[in-house]
Amino acid sequence: MSALTDLIPARRPPLLTSLTHGVALPVVYAIAIATLAQFAIGPALGEYWASVGVQVGIAVMLAVSLNIVNGFTGQFSIGHAGFFAIGAYVGAGISYYSALLIWGDPATLPHGAPLMWEGSPSGLFGAGDWIMVAGALLGGCVSAVFGYIVGLPSLRLRGDYLAIVTLGFGEIVRVLLQQTRPQVFEAQELRELAGADLFIPPLGGATGFSGIPKYATLWWVWFFVFFVVLFAYRVKLSSTGRALLSIREDEIASRAMGVNITKYKVRAFVLAAGLAGIAGALYAHSGNVLQPRDAGFQRSFECIIYVVLGGLGSISGAALAAVALSIMTEALRGPEPILENWPILVGLAIAGTIAAGVLRAIKNRGWRITFVLAMTPLSFLALGLASKLFNEVTGVNLAAYRMVVYALLLIVVMLARPNGLFGLTEIWEYFGPIRGPKPGSGNDDSRLAAEPPAPAPPAETQPSTPPTPPAPPTLPPGDAAP
Amino acid sequence: MPEQFDDSIAPRGPDAREVFCYTGRPPDLGATVRSSRHPSDHPVADFLLILITAIAVGSLYALIALGYTMVYGILKFINFAHSDIFVLGAWTSLTASVCVITWMKLDTQNPPLWLAPVVLLSAMVVCGGVAYIVERLAYKPLRKSPRLNVLITAIGVSLLLQNVGQLPGFTVASKDGRTLATVPFGPSPARMPSLLPDVALTTIPFVHTEPGDVPPTVNLIDVFIFVSAMVLMFALQYLVYHTKLGAAMRAVSFNTETAALMGVPVDRVMSFTFVTGAVLAAAAGFLYSLKYPGLNQPAHEIWVLLGLKAFVAAVVGGIGNVRGAVLGGFLIALIEFMGMFLFSKYLDPLLGTNMGTNLRDVYVFSVLIIVLLVKPSGLLGSPVREKV
Repeated sequence: MSALTDLIPARRPPLLTSLTHGVALPVVYAIAIATLAQFAIGPALGEYWASVGVQVGIAVMLAVSLNIVNGFTGQFSIGHAGFFAIGAYVGAGISYYSALLIWGDPATLPHGAPLMWEGSPSGLFGAGDWIMVAGALLGGCVSAVFGYIVGLPSLRLRGDYLAIVTLGFGEIVRVLLQQTRPQVFEAQELRELAGADLFIPPLGGATGFSGIPKYATLWWVWFFVFFVVLFAYRVKLSSTGRALLSIREDEIASRAMGVNITKYKVRAFVLAAGLAGIAGALYAHSGNVLQPRDAGFQRSFECIIYVVLGGLGSISGAALAAVALSIMTEALRGPEPILENWPILVGLAIAGTIAAGVLRAIKNRGWRITFVLAMTPLSFLALGLASKLFNEVTGVNLAAYRMVVYALLLIVVMLARPNGLFGLTEIWEYFGPIRGPKPGSGNDDSRLAAEPPAPAPPAETQPSTPPTPPAPPTLPPGDAAP
Repeated sequence: MPEQFDDSIAPRGPDAREVFCYTGRPPDLGATVRSSRHPSDHPVADFLLILITAIAVGSLYALIALGYTMVYGILKFINFAHSDIFVLGAWTSLTASVCVITWMKLDTQNPPLWLAPVVLLSAMVVCGGVAYIVERLAYKPLRKSPRLNVLITAIGVSLLLQNVGQLPGFTVASKDGRTLATVPFGPSPARMPSLLPDVALTTIPFVHTEPGDVPPTVNLIDVFIFVSAMVLMFALQYLVYHTKLGAAMRAVSFNTETAALMGVPVDRVMSFTFVTGAVLAAAAGFLYSLKYPGLNQPAHEIWVLLGLKAFVAAVVGGIGNVRGAVLGGFLIALIEFMGMFLFSKYLDPLLGTNMGTNLRDVYVFSVLIIVLLVKPSGLLGSPVREKV
């Protein structure tokens, strides 16, 4: 009886349970993290680094969403920016044009206090915030529909071809966005647009969609980042995630085991596209002018390198790589912000090293990864210094060639460590115990060692002599003597 | 992209009106381009005009597609970096012609006829060398890896080549200040000096011309492109089907291990295939720079789309199949231009838009998706059975 109850796991702490079940506690956590980011970290960082923080959050969402298709399912989709751009344009269109129609001027829309940009704050949240959220969710849905359309042919397409088709999809989105009508700036003009005219929507064409108010603050972006990461984590742990991982490992074997390949591949595309659409809508509201080239290959490639560098299949790896590479872009661009803050970076590195030492002393698990993470601020510093030296020696600004650096990085990663930095493991798995049965639970292999091995069944053709059970092992006489 | 930019060095702005230029000659060479349809035009004239441009552009697609197909047949992966060899070929021809003209102090308006083959040869040598280095450093260590890794590496190499081409060019000067050589790579467009005389061969019949118009003609350059491409393709055909090395290549594409057992130097055959593909792409780049001398910067999306369309041509024809690549190249060019023409003529008036010529990429990708769904092995390819 005690062996049976040992099999029932002890009651897990609510923190861990909320990661896999329920909605209420995650909302609380998301609000807490977002408030921390906006009101504690934001003012400490200053305006410039806060906007970098917004872009970092968007990059994390993109990386985690692409990880669902490239990492979990093992498909190779290099048109992710197409979904991103669709979400961005839909979100921007809804936000801008509804503001134009209802309030007359998008710039004067009331928005709330979780706000670091300029504007007219009105209490905690304003109409502008809700319009942006609605735009984000609708953008995600429209992107998900396109994800379905792109995912459908994926049954017939193997790796290389799927890559080309998704690349083609990204380019088609870009070309179609270039053919849209010019943006409408007057409410009256908008009302006069007839229904047939909207077949080709007024999304700015090649000149882009501008004038979108900056509602995406640190608060909103990191609120959504938490949900995206939690969503991806829950997908990974669910039966859908198991099916996706099995498709990644061996498609034919999993099909033989009854996994419906088409359904799960399409599902992966839909989920990835939806999350990328949300990221796009938030990007649209972060003060950038949307252009058709946002659906192009360059942005898709940035997403690819986040996922490949971080580890195909690791959510935390992709997120960490996105954070590191986004900050690295800033380090390369103008080394001054990085070099000025060198005390902070060195302090972080020292704190991380101390933490690694403490971990090594306590339980010898996870200290290596902590040490590696502690070294990354130093590597940013080194990169900033190198960039500055390079600039002074050759006069060439390295930021313009960050794509060269990315390309080299990709090649080196593929040659040296093809699974990326983390592979399929999440970072928290480095800190926990190595999974195995509990010592007293009877769930381990101790039973097999106690009994003698069962006698082999007699062969059919041999004469049936009852096999003698082997003698129990006895100590040789010599060992009994003291 | 062939019809979409003019020859002036200034890059086209985003609102520049795309003009469907029948002659393939850019507007600023004095030809008056008709941008509206004359009702009395003979339909045969339309078809002939489209055919001529499609044949010239199709030869380019075919040459690039051959590289994709050969690498896929023998190394079993799609070399994303192949279209960047094509870009490199075009820019190397530009560099070589500029350098030779500077060294020999040639007349840029009337260059001698031997300049073109010299430039072509140098472009081939440089691109072949780069392809060899890339293959040794980036692809050879991954021969036993899963295809996904090689694909990602190929994308990395492609981006590396594109963005290294963006690095600013330099000028080598001699001691007394004369410029010895200019390597005009960089982020701005450049213009290729014309290496062939711009001679019109015949006039296209049945075309209605206004008085004062220059009638559309078949140019020497188009014929030269087609003839050179045909010569190269026949040379490749001879190589692959009538020489021992070609037999080795075909053996390796059938079954690599057995070919190794039979004494075929598989490593050398693979490197040779790569270099051959790159040489063909370099030739395509040279021919492209002859026809469209205004070269955009190496990372411009025009090149990416050109390479993608050549890849689509390889897939449509049947990837792994040399004849399929040639067929696919011409077919895709024909589809692209016919699509542009039909959309501009019939659907644009219906919809009230002006986007027939801008959607050229959409036609090609739609064809790709249809072919991949209906007959994934391509027109001339044989279905590959997946062994478990």
